[in-house]
Amino acid sequence: MNALEIIFYALSAFALVCAIMVLISKNPIHSVLWLILVFFAISGHYILLNAQFLAIVNIIVYAGAIMVLFLFVIMLINVKKDSEPQKQLFVKFIGVIAGGSFLTLTISLIKQAQPLIGKTVLLKEGTIGLIHPLGKALFNDYVVPFEISSVLFLSAMVGAVLIGKK
Amino acid sequence: MPIQYYIYFCLALFSIGVVGVLTRRNAIIVFMCIELMLNAVNLLLVAFSKMYNGIALQNGASVTAGIDAQIFVFFIMVVAAAEVSIGLAIIVMMYRNTHSIDINFLNRLKN
Repeated sequence: MNALEIIFYALSAFALVCAIMVLISKNPIHSVLWLILVFFAISGHYILLNAQFLAIVNIIVYAGAIMVLFLFVIMLINVKKDSEPQKQLFVKFIGVIAGGSFLTLTISLIKQAQPLIGKTVLLKEGTIGLIHPLGKALFNDYVVPFEISSVLFLSAMVGAVLIGKK
Repeated sequence: MPIQYYIYFCLALFSIGVVGVLTRRNAIIVFMCIELMLNAVNLLLVAFSKMYNGIALQNGASVTAGIDAQIFVFFIMVVAAAEVSIGLAIIVMMYRNTHSIDINFLNRLKN
């Protein structure tokens, strides 16, 4: 087992533990903080895959902007720690069973998938994740979607202001 | 690293998000679980792009094969940011109307 595999397993275990803690912590603020740790672990995975631009964008956009927005809303509406009504134990049990059976079913399907056997992911090498090739592809082939996404942002901003003003 | 390991890891993250959506009643936590599912899909897209890039490099094809997936991930992040702003605005409006963020209050849409 070389260093890259050790880093992969460590990051994966860290991300899974933090994701489970998001679910089982009672306080919503603790959930947000655990989710930020999940996003940092996923950024570590991006760096391991040599997708450096996406790693930085993931930290800036998700851990920086979106999670701060969540924290703002939680503090704004002042949710009490124990005020969250719990679902019935039966419903929780059914939910866990549904998620677990989805996981086992898809894993057994992936295990049998012929086209995936022997395919490996390029770790630490390759240049497609760097800023230079990504910027060239973005501003040559994907200019129109890029501009349309700015219109999407504008409409989202107008919509958020409209909904929040009522 | 075999691609299957990445698929298993992303499926586990996605399933944790599914379980969270099914079992929690706090609207903000449900929303955060949806973000977790989006991130699992993003990581899987990047892993597949590196897989195809590795195959293309072995065959001596173009060096930039598989770059589209990373552009897709970038656009998914853009859409997710817009979606979060709208969703949180809706949650704040819902809290103002019902003084609760329990998603079971939303079943009044049924009638």
